[in-house]
Amino acid sequence: MLSRRDFLQVSMAASSLYGASGFGNWAKLAAQQKLDQSQLLEFETFGNISLIHVTDIHGQLKPIYFREPEVNLGVGNAFGKVPHITGSDFRKLYGIADGSPAHYALTYDDFISMANGYGRVGGLDRVATVINSIRADRPDALLLDGGDTWHGSYTCYHTEGQDMVNVMNALKPDAMTFHWEFTLGSDRISEIIENLPFAALGQNIFDAEWDEPAELFPPYKMFERGGSKIAVIGQAFPYMPIANPGWMFPEYSFGIRDSNMQNMVDEVRSLGAEVVVVLSHNGFDVDKKMAGRVSGIDVILSGHTHDALPEPVLIDKTIIIASGSNGKFVSRVDLDVQNGRMMGYKHKLIPIFSDVISPDATVAKLIDEQRAPYTNELSEVIGKSESLLYRRGNFNGTWDDLICEALIEERDADISMSPGVRWGPSIIPGQDITREDIWNVTSMTYGKAYRTEFTGEFIQIILEDVADNLFNSDPYYQQGGDMVRIGGMGYKIDINKPQGSRITEMTLLKTGEIIDPSKTYIVSGWASVNEDTEGPQIWDVVENYIRRQETISVEPNSNVEVVGI
Amino acid sequence: MNFTRRETLAVSGATLVATLLPLKLMASTPDLISDITGGVKASSGGIDLTAPEIAENGNTVPISVDAPGAVAITVLAAGNPTPGVAKFNFGMGSGSQSCTTRIRLAGTQDVIAVAEMADGSFSAAHQTVKVTIGGCGG
Repeated sequence: MLSRRDFLQVSMAASSLYGASGFGNWAKLAAQQKLDQSQLLEFETFGNISLIHVTDIHGQLKPIYFREPEVNLGVGNAFGKVPHITGSDFRKLYGIADGSPAHYALTYDDFISMANGYGRVGGLDRVATVINSIRADRPDALLLDGGDTWHGSYTCYHTEGQDMVNVMNALKPDAMTFHWEFTLGSDRISEIIENLPFAALGQNIFDAEWDEPAELFPPYKMFERGGSKIAVIGQAFPYMPIANPGWMFPEYSFGIRDSNMQNMVDEVRSLGAEVVVVLSHNGFDVDKKMAGRVSGIDVILSGHTHDALPEPVLIDKTIIIASGSNGKFVSRVDLDVQNGRMMGYKHKLIPIFSDVISPDATVAKLIDEQRAPYTNELSEVIGKSESLLYRRGNFNGTWDDLICEALIEERDADISMSPGVRWGPSIIPGQDITREDIWNVTSMTYGKAYRTEFTGEFIQIILEDVADNLFNSDPYYQQGGDMVRIGGMGYKIDINKPQGSRITEMTLLKTGEIIDPSKTYIVSGWASVNEDTEGPQIWDVVENYIRRQETISVEPNSNVEVVGI
Repeated sequence: MNFTRRETLAVSGATLVATLLPLKLMASTPDLISDITGGVKASSGGIDLTAPEIAENGNTVPISVDAPGAVAITVLAAGNPTPGVAKFNFGMGSGSQSCTTRIRLAGTQDVIAVAEMADGSFSAAHQTVKVTIGGCGG
């Protein structure tokens, strides 16, 4: 096993390029000159097996900006542990220098100047270059996609995921698991998966009626690589019909099902697996708990909560790898498997700096082909932003503040609600907001913006319910989303209290009055999981609002007071 | 989040029970187990209760209990207005002592299984099943 120091040498090898100070004056050219592709890809091939992990791409074919969370709170056993460490504390933990590429890639602060200096991240044509480079070292490397791939953009919505399927197929994955893919509806999911040229895995995807494993999704696939037998077991998002609209895929049931996971691990071991890899969409804290309850897993490739960690986390004998989101990172994990067991590993989280890593020409062309029919719609400028717009974080982000304001204005509401999803790229000050940008933070198959009446009491019940899905001290009782974003209302939350007593001091901002439990308020929101939701699509609501404003400016949100940190 | 008015009311009714019912009014898990065993202490081994951590639909929650050697298995829902759900009796000819059913849960609560063994001893298992409004996952 490698020591922490070894890890830091291999991962993020290009740190400290800019020293500890002097933010703000970097040109893109400087980034290009000082950081080159070979530094990002540098890796001394190790052992006999290579795994390549991508996850939570959310439809992002092209490079974007993505600001990591400022607020990511852990409760119970997760308190103060990664991934619940952010900003300078995160950099200190991993020895990352201020101003370095790793600072920009992994933490939130000084984001605007660093984004201007280092440029955009991601782009599946750049990801292709990285994958090709790893395959040049190790031709039989396994490429594993953790899911949330066929969702999250204008083109993905209009092609029902086909743009992502086409581009990912060109990267030739070996296996995949799922979450938002199911919101395409079960018919579309079946249609894609029946023709998928790689394994669609999920040991926890069951037939809802019979409570038996679903035939379309095998639990695992065995591979032979580098002279060793590898089992890859899929773990889909456990709470699909709860967090997303179950009526879109009524045939399926999910859940964590860790006793079945143990059975599958035992089964693949009995079939001769020398190393067991779980391709997971559990979320990081759930994976940590599962690693402690299920024995015999060597590697968990973790997705869902969008965390990016420069080192694996070790739980007993299981390493957990977190590979970020939105195409921003690729993880490479080399394994040394001898005499039927994993003897060692080497890992690198590779940030996809789009101005440094050259695009793969074939995949770049393929991406352009997917986008070509929609070029005019995608590129239309709707407005301009003077502020940094971002979403990630446990409470309100500026993108959500903008969306919540649009709902209040366009739908004439007292209070607005926006779901605490973790996807959605950032916009930096001075950037035009195009239609594509709006869709990148709103695109979904159930995006209608409802307008309804809720009592104060029911608003509190919603907040308490969502807060418990985020801050329950047992990760198996968390759904994995961030807190619902609220417009027009402030509140105080004590994250360590039990459900029913976390939320206090709910205040209607326009009058300053405390919310009355028995009084009725007009509420507008989007992403309802109910089948018969009515209203305009959220992207149209946001587009109309931005068009009227022309220039967007969002002040920092101080309406949520968090205690118990 | 559930947002049409009619469904909202249905769901809020169910959630209210769990959210606002003081703990004292919800029957306690040890008391319920003790009621079944007649005060005899139940062991935790020899019984497997399988239930989801979060219910996909609180109106029909699949659970199963496996207790090799049991003569009876009692299933209870601690937070329901009537906690008793079912009692399964196993005769001499039973090939296995396990049961599977679907139960309705009024809100987040403990589901309890108590097995009575042939020698008169008891085993018990319980698990919290959360019933949530949902939405916002992502």
